[in-house]
Amino acid sequence: MKELFILAVVTFFTLLTYWLVEPFAHSQMHKHIESEGFAYKDLPALTKKGDAARGKELVMGAGACAGCHGIKVEGMPAPMDPVTAAQSYGVNPPDLSNAGVVFDPKFLAALIKNPAHALMVEHKFDPAKGQMHPMTQFYGAGGDLDQEVADMVAYLQSIAPKAEELTPVMAFETACGRCHAIHYPYVKEGEAYPAWTQIGEKPAFKKKQNALAFEQKVLDYQDALTKYMGTLPPDLSMYIRSRGEHHIKTFMENPQNYLKGTAMPRVGVTAEAADKVIEHLEDVGDSKRHERASVGANVMIYIFIFAIFAILWKKEVWRDLH
Amino acid sequence: MAHFTKATSLHDWLNQRLAIDTLRRVLATEYWIPKNINFLWAMGMVLAITFGLLLISGIFLLMYYQPNVNLAFDSVNYTIMQEVGYGWLWRHVHGVAASVVFLIIYIHMFTGIYYGSYKKGREMIWLSGMLLFVAFSAEAFSGYMLPWGQMSYWAGMVITNLFSGGSLHADGLVEWIRGDYVPAQAFLNRFFMLHVLLIPLAILGLIGLHFGALRIPHVNNQDGEEIDFEAEAAKYKAGDKANSKVIAFVNDFMSKDMMVVGIYLIFFFYLVFYHYDFAMDPVNFDPADGLKTPAHIYPEWYFLWSYEILRPFSTNTGLIAFAFAQVIFFALPFLDKSPNAVPASRRGLFKYWFWAMLIDMIILTAMGKVPPEGAFSTIGLYAALTFIGLWIALPFITKTEKKV
Repeated sequence: MKELFILAVVTFFTLLTYWLVEPFAHSQMHKHIESEGFAYKDLPALTKKGDAARGKELVMGAGACAGCHGIKVEGMPAPMDPVTAAQSYGVNPPDLSNAGVVFDPKFLAALIKNPAHALMVEHKFDPAKGQMHPMTQFYGAGGDLDQEVADMVAYLQSIAPKAEELTPVMAFETACGRCHAIHYPYVKEGEAYPAWTQIGEKPAFKKKQNALAFEQKVLDYQDALTKYMGTLPPDLSMYIRSRGEHHIKTFMENPQNYLKGTAMPRVGVTAEAADKVIEHLEDVGDSKRHERASVGANVMIYIFIFAIFAILWKKEVWRDLH
Repeated sequence: MAHFTKATSLHDWLNQRLAIDTLRRVLATEYWIPKNINFLWAMGMVLAITFGLLLISGIFLLMYYQPNVNLAFDSVNYTIMQEVGYGWLWRHVHGVAASVVFLIIYIHMFTGIYYGSYKKGREMIWLSGMLLFVAFSAEAFSGYMLPWGQMSYWAGMVITNLFSGGSLHADGLVEWIRGDYVPAQAFLNRFFMLHVLLIPLAILGLIGLHFGALRIPHVNNQDGEEIDFEAEAAKYKAGDKANSKVIAFVNDFMSKDMMVVGIYLIFFFYLVFYHYDFAMDPVNFDPADGLKTPAHIYPEWYFLWSYEILRPFSTNTGLIAFAFAQVIFFALPFLDKSPNAVPASRRGLFKYWFWAMLIDMIILTAMGKVPPEGAFSTIGLYAALTFIGLWIALPFITKTEKKV
């Protein structure tokens, strides 16, 4: 039993060292930020019940959303190509087809009324200093503002796919994809997905001229985006490994918690859409996680059996030695 | 020329040419190991197996890795991790084994220190083991450069900067090591060469030396008892295995080794599949960027204790203390003046020295990772001073030790 005691001593010091350099050290190095569950408690709740038909008129109305945003599901392409849009606004305004499912309704309402506030970028866009957010706030169409905003949100929700139809890639593209590239293509369930650039999927080109022309567009877009954000937002290919789920989610929820003064806006996604974004980042940066789990289980079974045989062999050999 | 006869079997044919029966007897069946040992004596085999895992996984990784600053990161994180079948498995085995091998090395070293296995003719075992420790450290550091992530780059920057020698300002030496003003292509290429060729060759040679060094003084035992190996071997060969104090390397010792290896591999593969993050720092999954310094730069856990001996002092003092920490373990057999080669528990003050050293190195390890601020710097400073003090005290406390 002396050996078990020695093993206990070795295990104790090993675990102590592990605890000190991993959980303890990381708790000292990184601020722990709890998730707020994507509740957006600082934003007012929607008090009015929206009317989608009325909302459609408002969204499509003169000088309203459709002036800058495309709505593909309604057959409306974006008014500008992404590069021109980014050169005009800093970043390409998103297509609104999925907005109603990806973004929280409270957040959408707050965004329509006061974009800089909802996006938590008021430190960057202060109207008093003449710094206007590129998205014009909605001042109302003459009726009750809260009712009109509720109608617009109801319309966006009515055209959006249902929550269970939202795919990881749709969530990523709508929430993150106009600022962040993912230069790793990936395969999921037998289907190949190309790399993502800020202006969309990177097509396969037969001719080098076309590939270079596309590359040029991406670079032009990135230049405009860099000017707007202050730095080029990072490629997210390996973020699931470099940051991990908790960090990414809490960062999306409120970037200011981690980086005070950052130009990254609050994304305003629902908890479900955030899960989809994480799943997409896993599909890209940790694509072998299912294989790892199944191979892991088999290897563990094999090694257990190996250890049992090794123990039996030792007992057999040492029977004569004692 | 020796006399050869027509072989009666393949065995005989080989035996005439390679003396395989003699080899087998000398290296295995009549290579005598003390019976009075515990599982800590299997750490050598555990290390050999872990080194084997590193070598095999490394060969697979080498087939796809690109030593180019523009391609290295993606060749690891995309090609190997996602495109190549089971590339992720080889990488996780390699990464986890690189970390675990140091855990086992430290256990192996502290076992040697505890049982006095560096004394009385076993000095060369200790010295060759220390050379292996240095070679493994260089291997780990050069390997850490290869994924060309943020920690690769900045660890490369910090460690190569040490060679400027503080006030000596030997910047030319630093540039010579890097092949550039900053870590770049030349730097990556040469560390790649070191990692996959020169240092592994040195390690293989040193493993041979380490094994060879065991041969004459024999393996130590749990009670530091001096064994008459010839007499005990004779007893064993006469069939009195139960009363003999020795066992054969194969199968007796090997079967116990493999039992420990089997249990160790459960732990190892658990880490590979379910807990690999500790061995693969998240920061290194950001590509190297010379314009963006990470908030915290720290080495892998196994270098933290010596890093913390560098850190709490001013530049020059720190470098001297760091250099001291790097070489002082080599001097152990000569600083320990006691005539006793027995377990620390029976050695008076040395018993306290052993546990103080172990705990001090764990404190240094912990303080080497946390930010050097407030109480942590103070604790780090005192732990570093304690480390140096313990080594200075060693000859004095062992000199007064009574013969047991």
